[in-house]
Order: sequence, then structure tokens, then C-alpha cells
Amino acid sequence: MCGCTGGYSMKENLMSGIKTAFPIALGYIPIAITFGILGKSTGVPLNYTVLMSILVFAGASQFVAINLLTLGTGIVQIIMTTFILNFRHFLMSASLSRKVKDDEVPSGWLAVLAFGITDETFSVSSMKDDDIKISFMLGLNLTAYLAWTGGTFLGYVAGSNLPEIIQASMGIALYAMFIGLLVPEIKGSKAKSFIFLLTVVLSLVFYFFSQYIFLYEGWRIILIAIISAFIGTLLFPEGEKADE
Amino acid sequence: MNDYIILIGGMALVTYIPRMFPLVILPGKKLPVFLERFLSYVPVAVLTALIFPGIISSTDHPLTALVGGFIALILALKKFNLMIVVMGSIFTVFLLSLI
Repeated sequence: MCGCTGGYSMKENLMSGIKTAFPIALGYIPIAITFGILGKSTGVPLNYTVLMSILVFAGASQFVAINLLTLGTGIVQIIMTTFILNFRHFLMSASLSRKVKDDEVPSGWLAVLAFGITDETFSVSSMKDDDIKISFMLGLNLTAYLAWTGGTFLGYVAGSNLPEIIQASMGIALYAMFIGLLVPEIKGSKAKSFIFLLTVVLSLVFYFFSQYIFLYEGWRIILIAIISAFIGTLLFPEGEKADE
Repeated sequence: MNDYIILIGGMALVTYIPRMFPLVILPGKKLPVFLERFLSYVPVAVLTALIFPGIISSTDHPLTALVGGFIALILALKKFNLMIVVMGSIFTVFLLSLI
């Protein structure tokens, strides 16, 4: 076995990334369409609505930003809110950095690809067994990105021609994907099963207390993730693979 | 320079920089074992936190969301391909919403 990893060509990795992005694209399109519709209905011009998707590429924060705009919230405040909401991507990026290993492509590309780190692209990339190649990330992030920006444009100009029922059913898409990714990850791992349970408990606790203390959604996720992963690391410092 | 440009530019910056930093600085660097381990456990924690409690409000009725999630769970346990898991879940929610 040579010292190289994977053994797939760049083109193969690219294609693999694109294919892997299909469930993400499927989940993104209805949400992006909804965002486009929201922009239009609140009077934000088409170019700025689409520009937001193009430059920010972070669903929840975009929705919140538009809503805050209509409430007359100040720009600085919206930007700060966006920062807090999206900060979890910092942790995701750090986690992802452990798995990225590509000797063939200049690492300057990573600065470009980092733009595409979202909950979904992170989740999918993290579940890859072997090293993440830059060409894979490119295919993955680009496909998800096109779905998101294209959907935004589509939603704005065409409204939604999807029947209400289909749109509501699509809402489960990304969650189903998360579940589909989580199950194999947990199976057979005591450490990860524990972290899973702990996170569920913490989520419930936070949910309960959210009625008394306001906590931004993005903050909630990163706090819970840090606490769970931290405790998990304390309890399972060896990891489960004997030959790690 | 109008307000929209400033807003979107600002949002883009505060979103991109946290994404970019670790991915540009960390790959290839050796981190303390504890940190490596911690970061390897982050995906499970994040995925779980993303699912709960968000899934409950993802469709027009919490019950359909729960059933949809349950179907996704079953399909995933049975090792079906991810696309099948997603489509199966969507289809289930769709059927339920017809009731």
C-alpha cells in the first residue's frame, strides 16, 4: 500500500462530492425558494436577496436577517446576530480540518472551500471514512451552493408553484439526512452513543430553560456540542479504535 | 454604498471568517491528543443537536415530523442508501399530510 490516500483521481473525487451533495441539494431547494419568496414579500430587491444567498450562504441567519430588517433593526445589530448564529461553523471547520488531507491540490483552495461550510456540508463531510480531498469538497460545496443560490432566485421570480403539501413534506428532508448520517456513526461506538444521548438530554434541558433565558439558536448548538463533546472526551479519552 | 451592500457585506464577512480560519490554519498541524479527540467527537454532538429539537417543527405538524424521523431512523438502521432514507421520510410525511 503506497503512502498516498484514497487512490481516486481528482475527477472521481469531484464526481463523488457532487453525488454526495444530492440529498443536501434536495433539502436546500425548497428552503431557498422559501427564502426567495420571503425576500420578495418583504420588499427586498431581487438582486440583494440573491446576493445574500451568494455571499452569506447560511440559511437560518439569512431568514433572521430579513425578519430583523422588516422590524427596523439596525445593520450593526443584524451583523452581530449573524455572527452569533453562524459561529458554530468555526467549530465545524476546526473539526473538519483534522480530516482534510490532500497533497495534490494547493491548500490555498481551502480558503475558497471554507466558504461552503454549512451544517449540512459539514455533516456529510465528517462522515466520510477516509481523508477528505479538496476536489471532493469542491464538488460537494459547489453543488449545495448552486442549489441554494439557484433556489433563492427561483423562489423570488417564480414564487412557489409547488403545492403546499409537497413543500411541507420537504421540510423533513434535511433532518432525515442528518438521521441517516448519524445512525451509522453511532452504531458500534460506545463513546459516540454516549455523546448522542448526552446531547439529547442537554437539548431537552436547554429547550426547557429557553422559556426563561433567551438563547440564539446558533449559540445553543455550539454550546451543547462543546459540552457534550468535552464530557465525551473526558470519559472516553482513548477512542474506540484499538489501533488509532 | 447603500445599506443593503453594507449589511450583506458585513454578514458575509462575519460568516466567512470563522469558517475560513480553522480550515486554513489547522490541516496538517499536530494538535494535543485531547483536542484531536474532542474535535473527532464534535460531529456526533453537532448532528444530534441539529436534529433535536429542530425536527419537531420541520413539518406542519409535530406528529408527522416525529413519524417521518422515525421512518428515517428505521431506514438508516436497515442500512439503506442516504437518498432512500431522505426520500422515504419525505414520502411518509407527504402521505401523512394527506390524512
